[in-house]
Amino acid sequence: MKKTLLALSLGLGLAVSGAAQAKTLVFCSEGSPEGFNPSLYSAGTTFDASSQTLFNRLVQFEAGSTKVVPGLAESWTASADGLEYTFKLRKGVKYHTTKDFTPTRDFNADDILFTFNRMWKEDHPYHDVSGGDYKYFGWMSMGDLLKSIEKVDDYTVKFTLNYAEAPFVSNMAMDFASVLSAEYGDVLAASGNKEDIDHKPVGTGPFVFKSYQKDAMIRYTAHDDYWGGRSNIDKLVFAITTDANVRYQKMKAGECHVMPYPNPADVAAMDKDPDINLMRQEGLNVGYLAFNTEKPPFDQKLVRQALNMAINKQSILDVVFKGAGSVAKNPIPPTIWSYNDDVKDYDYDPAKAKAMLAEAGVVGLKTNIWAMPVQRPYNPNARRMAELIQADWAKVGVEAEIVTFEWGEYLKRSKNGEHDTVLLGWTGDNGDPDNFMYVLLGCDAAKSGGNRARWCNEEFDSTLRQAKQITDQAERTALYEKAQVIFKEEAPWVTIAHSVVFKPVRKEVTGFKVHPLGSHIFYDGVDLK
Amino acid sequence: MFKFLFKRLLVLVPVFFGVTLVAFGFIRALPGDPVEVLAGERGVTPERHAELMAQLGFDKPMWQQYLSYVGDVLQGDLGTSLITNRPVVEEFFELFPATAELGLCAILFAILLGIPAGIIAAVKRGSFVDQGIMSLSLVGYSMPIFWWGLLLIILFSNTLNLTPVSGRLSFLFDVEPVTGFMLVDTLLSDEEGSFWNALHHLVLPSVVLGTIPLAVIARQTRSAMLEVLSEDYVRTAKAKGLSPVRVIAVHALRNAMITVITVIGLQVAVLLAGAILTETIFGWPGIGKWIIFSVFSRDYFAVQGGLLLIAVSVMAVNLIVDLLYGLINPRILH
Repeated sequence: MKKTLLALSLGLGLAVSGAAQAKTLVFCSEGSPEGFNPSLYSAGTTFDASSQTLFNRLVQFEAGSTKVVPGLAESWTASADGLEYTFKLRKGVKYHTTKDFTPTRDFNADDILFTFNRMWKEDHPYHDVSGGDYKYFGWMSMGDLLKSIEKVDDYTVKFTLNYAEAPFVSNMAMDFASVLSAEYGDVLAASGNKEDIDHKPVGTGPFVFKSYQKDAMIRYTAHDDYWGGRSNIDKLVFAITTDANVRYQKMKAGECHVMPYPNPADVAAMDKDPDINLMRQEGLNVGYLAFNTEKPPFDQKLVRQALNMAINKQSILDVVFKGAGSVAKNPIPPTIWSYNDDVKDYDYDPAKAKAMLAEAGVVGLKTNIWAMPVQRPYNPNARRMAELIQADWAKVGVEAEIVTFEWGEYLKRSKNGEHDTVLLGWTGDNGDPDNFMYVLLGCDAAKSGGNRARWCNEEFDSTLRQAKQITDQAERTALYEKAQVIFKEEAPWVTIAHSVVFKPVRKEVTGFKVHPLGSHIFYDGVDLK
Repeated sequence: MFKFLFKRLLVLVPVFFGVTLVAFGFIRALPGDPVEVLAGERGVTPERHAELMAQLGFDKPMWQQYLSYVGDVLQGDLGTSLITNRPVVEEFFELFPATAELGLCAILFAILLGIPAGIIAAVKRGSFVDQGIMSLSLVGYSMPIFWWGLLLIILFSNTLNLTPVSGRLSFLFDVEPVTGFMLVDTLLSDEEGSFWNALHHLVLPSVVLGTIPLAVIARQTRSAMLEVLSEDYVRTAKAKGLSPVRVIAVHALRNAMITVITVIGLQVAVLLAGAILTETIFGWPGIGKWIIFSVFSRDYFAVQGGLLLIAVSVMAVNLIVDLLYGLINPRILH
């Protein structure tokens, strides 16, 4: 028996490297996808399993950056007023052949119309299929933005907008904009199985869907006719492993090649492991403490600046992030273009902070700090962070009580402005600075509640609005840089940290890049030694 | 016998309504709602929130929602998951065989080890062996499952390289699910070596999940045996000159089994609770993990439906135990 066990275990140990004839890459993913149509869902887990493997978009993010590059569109032009975008589509793009569907034609403009009209038009035959809630389409306000989508010819599509919105092209690169097959849609409609379009996916992406066992495994094979060239990986397997400790054990045992979201406590050991290449990149996120600027004394700039100075950010980084983060001074992370490195952060200076508070006439201030009940990449332990801030503020004579609620309740109440100060953060969607600054600090967001500081500064807001209208990136950059200066001076937030994302990858994997938007991409040069 | 069964089934009716009420109320008592939880930091406008809640029928008064829920359940409709848009019943039965297979193996492990250990401890009462078995079972009973699971993985999977870390089957085998029970499906498939691989994957999770029931069964068997061994009929059997093996196996054990079987039946609920942790540690695609995920995402329909189906399966097992009882001790049927 012992011998059998040993033989079996040896077989397993070699499992990953043993399947050399067909190159199989195993990704220990962190959860089950919600489904296989990225437009209906919002989790990164779902996007990894669908948009990044099975689908393409008109434009895409270059692997490892937020730069927008051609995808299903070979090129695009914008009109001078920024209201019309014309995309020239790629020819000869093949859809997947699966056991349920064999395509008879290549990708063309009809597929673009099918994809976007499904999300947009309530009378589209597919609109209500699978619940009909197109999350990101709504969150990015695409419904308000779009005026019309026209097919100019089979390989040209024109989008007309209701107002100029420079981040539009970046939005087209987001997961929700993944292009489905109109022909597959027709086939399923004819057989009365419309729902299958979201569960038995057919796309143009580098991998073809093979099978899915909930909570266990997803299997893909390389798409032989992929327009960008066949993938080096023949078979891609997502071994769903929800616990981070177990993912690490599997990685050590050679049962997977790449794993997301390691436990911060394991990072040091991974770094020393000779079989593991620990990759890192600054995450596209920001963790902050927002002052409720509608409540006194936080309506005074001087008080906000003083409380900024009273916080020792470096000690927060050491204690809460255990080194896996960097101090934030701007509301956008340094990986986003237009990041203004000339902005000077408030130095930690409790004595000066105390003097400034006295100058503002604030004595014996009693306030609260809201701490999130959940772990987020931009804040791994909000409770601990709040305790450190509480202690720092106590040194300048500010007495703060820590408040927390269940997550849904927390979001709702802070949106309603019930807090004095609140810890929260943001992870970027499309790599555009507008996606941080306008969404989190604009005057519209102050009304709708997304702007937790409830801060509406006319100069800042008009600068952002101006930047939305222009498509030239250099001009936009200048405007966003200016906005960051205003933001720092006005200090509606204490910008705390940008986290560092760690990605352990086994040494036999080559060409893997950590993507700033958090996706896991197994194409674009990824190979196995 | 039928009267007994009928009476038992009748009792289940109020239990069923109780369970629907608890399942319905529990998830709604938690703060936050599915629309909010899904929107996260991004938030959702009050209008859109109201619109989505109305679409899902959550804008109606509670009693109306409850009645329509029970109405649907009675027609066999448990609703559609808010997260995956798939029927709850379909999701449940896709995952249930994995939990059932693991549970069966765990309880089998607990019985096969626990009963003999209990008997030995009882027969050798007060000896070193007895004390050893009882202390071990106390340790087993108090073992935190999560810690125990990780410990075994580190020892057997990483250091000794004897067992796989997690999952039900290596990715090298592509076995079509037929019954959902991996041991059966691998036998049905033509993938050579897949059965052994599946069995191999079952070892650690079964041991981890079976540890607490094992401890309970061993202790229960011991005390039941001790009680029976001091009965007059056992003394008589011994006095008749029967061999000790026959006295223990036939005269004592059969009577001691009545209590032991009750305890085994009660372990089903313990197993299901333990399954939540065990499935998380071993990446086991079962209902424990699924229900936890559904609670976190406030997937009302999945939680309601899932809890109800779990309760029904526990009730079914208890009914079977009651019937088994009757077989062992016919007096109970009357």
